[in-house]
Amino acid sequence: MAEEIIIRTENLTKCYGDFKAVDGLNLEIRKGEVFGLLGPNGAGKTTTILMLLGLTEPTQGGAWINGHDCTRNPMAVKSFVSYLPDNVGFYDDMTGRENLRLTGRLNGLEGDALESRIASLGGRVGLSGAIDNKVGTYSRGMRQRLGIADVLIKDPGVVILDEPTLGIDPQGIEELLQLIKELSVKDGRTVVISSHLLHQMQKICDRVGIFVQGRLLAFGPLETLWEQVSGQQGQLLELTVEPDDSRLKELLNQLADVEEISREQTIYTLKLKKDIRRELVDTLVGHGYTISHLRMRQGDLDDIYRLYFKQEGVV
Amino acid sequence: MNRGLYVLFRKELADHFTSKRFIIIMLIVAATCLAGVYSAGLGIREAVAKESSEFVFLRLFTSSGGSLPSFATFISFLGPLVGLSMGFDAINGERNGRTLSRLLAQPIHRDDVINAKFLAGLFILVMMVLTLGLAVAGFGIILTGIPPTWEEVARMFIFMLITIVYIALWLAVSQLFSLLFKQTATSALACIALWLFFVVFVNLFAGIIADGLYPVTDQSPAGTVLKNYNLRHNISRLSPTLLYDEAVVTILNPGIRSLGLVLTSQVEGAIPGALPFGQSLLLVWPHVTGIIAATMICFAVSYVSFMRQEIRA
Repeated sequence: MAEEIIIRTENLTKCYGDFKAVDGLNLEIRKGEVFGLLGPNGAGKTTTILMLLGLTEPTQGGAWINGHDCTRNPMAVKSFVSYLPDNVGFYDDMTGRENLRLTGRLNGLEGDALESRIASLGGRVGLSGAIDNKVGTYSRGMRQRLGIADVLIKDPGVVILDEPTLGIDPQGIEELLQLIKELSVKDGRTVVISSHLLHQMQKICDRVGIFVQGRLLAFGPLETLWEQVSGQQGQLLELTVEPDDSRLKELLNQLADVEEISREQTIYTLKLKKDIRRELVDTLVGHGYTISHLRMRQGDLDDIYRLYFKQEGVV
Repeated sequence: MNRGLYVLFRKELADHFTSKRFIIIMLIVAATCLAGVYSAGLGIREAVAKESSEFVFLRLFTSSGGSLPSFATFISFLGPLVGLSMGFDAINGERNGRTLSRLLAQPIHRDDVINAKFLAGLFILVMMVLTLGLAVAGFGIILTGIPPTWEEVARMFIFMLITIVYIALWLAVSQLFSLLFKQTATSALACIALWLFFVVFVNLFAGIIADGLYPVTDQSPAGTVLKNYNLRHNISRLSPTLLYDEAVVTILNPGIRSLGLVLTSQVEGAIPGALPFGQSLLLVWPHVTGIIAATMICFAVSYVSFMRQEIRA
């Protein structure tokens, strides 16, 4: 894949009074990748997106998409970029087709070209049967799929999705993620997704940026994120063993290469200098224990989150 | 032409025409106004026989035959309601439906949204007032059998123009409220409160203030009475409703030569007769300018605040 940078921000900052919603963001997103903007609620994800679209003016710094300045030339940016707001709204008393037609017209499409595109997009997102029903009768999942169709009407180079999977059932999420992945793989579009749901982003994102309190905490492919965040921390091992008796603790303490043992409910967390899973399992099984849970904490976004918040003392 | 503006303008028109709210308001206005004209038309024949037959056609709009108020009174009372009903949820409705951010993410200018909403409202107003006015005129001609003179036609069109401007003011006010208040119900209530204030209460307040400053009793000198009246009248003129009423009465009734109190010394030597069209127009010019200015201020404030407002809820 070409290493062409399509979205770039430099020291992007947005203040609301004294509150810094986005704080000196430097971001580079490559053409054709799926980029995940991850962070808890209120981390500044939506504000960042609005600045990328020129809908909010940055207090400092700037953003460029495909060479266009997002603040100075929002029309060029908005012709090239599609945005699906979180909890997207449609005109409830219009049908799905009429809603799409309106978006198409606002983008300068007319007549047969517009109608055939609506028909093909309706089929692609699986709404062919319901496209002529009023949007007021749609379920949440259908609205979201209509949202994807709405976003694709203008044939954008960049698609920005804000919390696209919120409030949808597991089956719907699976289909939606598949659809989103296709945008990048099949169509070669750049996709930026903001979300706080880590597992889902793990499935489809090429690279992610973790966003906390307006700052970019870590940035890159998922595999390297763990190292960035954890720094010199050793490996952490989660362990649950049955029966959970006092002898177990002694046994664990005797193991070499264990720096620290902590316990939350039934789960022990061992801080290790190196990977001793094999020895550990041999020892425990040898003493007649049953291991019900054993997991190395790394690479998983949940762990990155947890680790970060532990460091900050936020949670 | 600007594409975003045109597409949104068409969408707003379609929205208005298909909304139940709009249809209900239109039916109420049309029914009451036509009823008013009908009763005026029935009474007009007798009036013509008794009094002068000058400007009979215009009396269709102003005379209140029988138990119903005149057409002009109805419009002055219900017109604001039409304007308010079209604008009170213009922006906060989009916001609450979460369609605003999706709309603005399309390649359109931000002011297209508010411009299109105002222009679509204005277009409908123009259509409504013209339709209603011409229907009334036609209806009246059939009822009375008297064709209008050119001057009467001109006066009728000026009347419709003033009406359009007046209702446009209320449209602008309601759009402003739709920006200032997050909930559509709040902005609707605020609109109605303002409407009631200007239609009913402003006169009461003007009376209280004037009586407080210049108390009038049976023995009061003429100067105090005059001051009391002038103050009351000027305070009332802050209300666009009064401005509209005065302008309409003057335009539709050529017999009216001045607004407010007239001293005997001023009338002395005057020849009774109708005012020429140009002079009537001159008399209402300040009123019309005032209403247009108020409309423009309202729209300008909503324009600026819409451009500066944060998009996210």
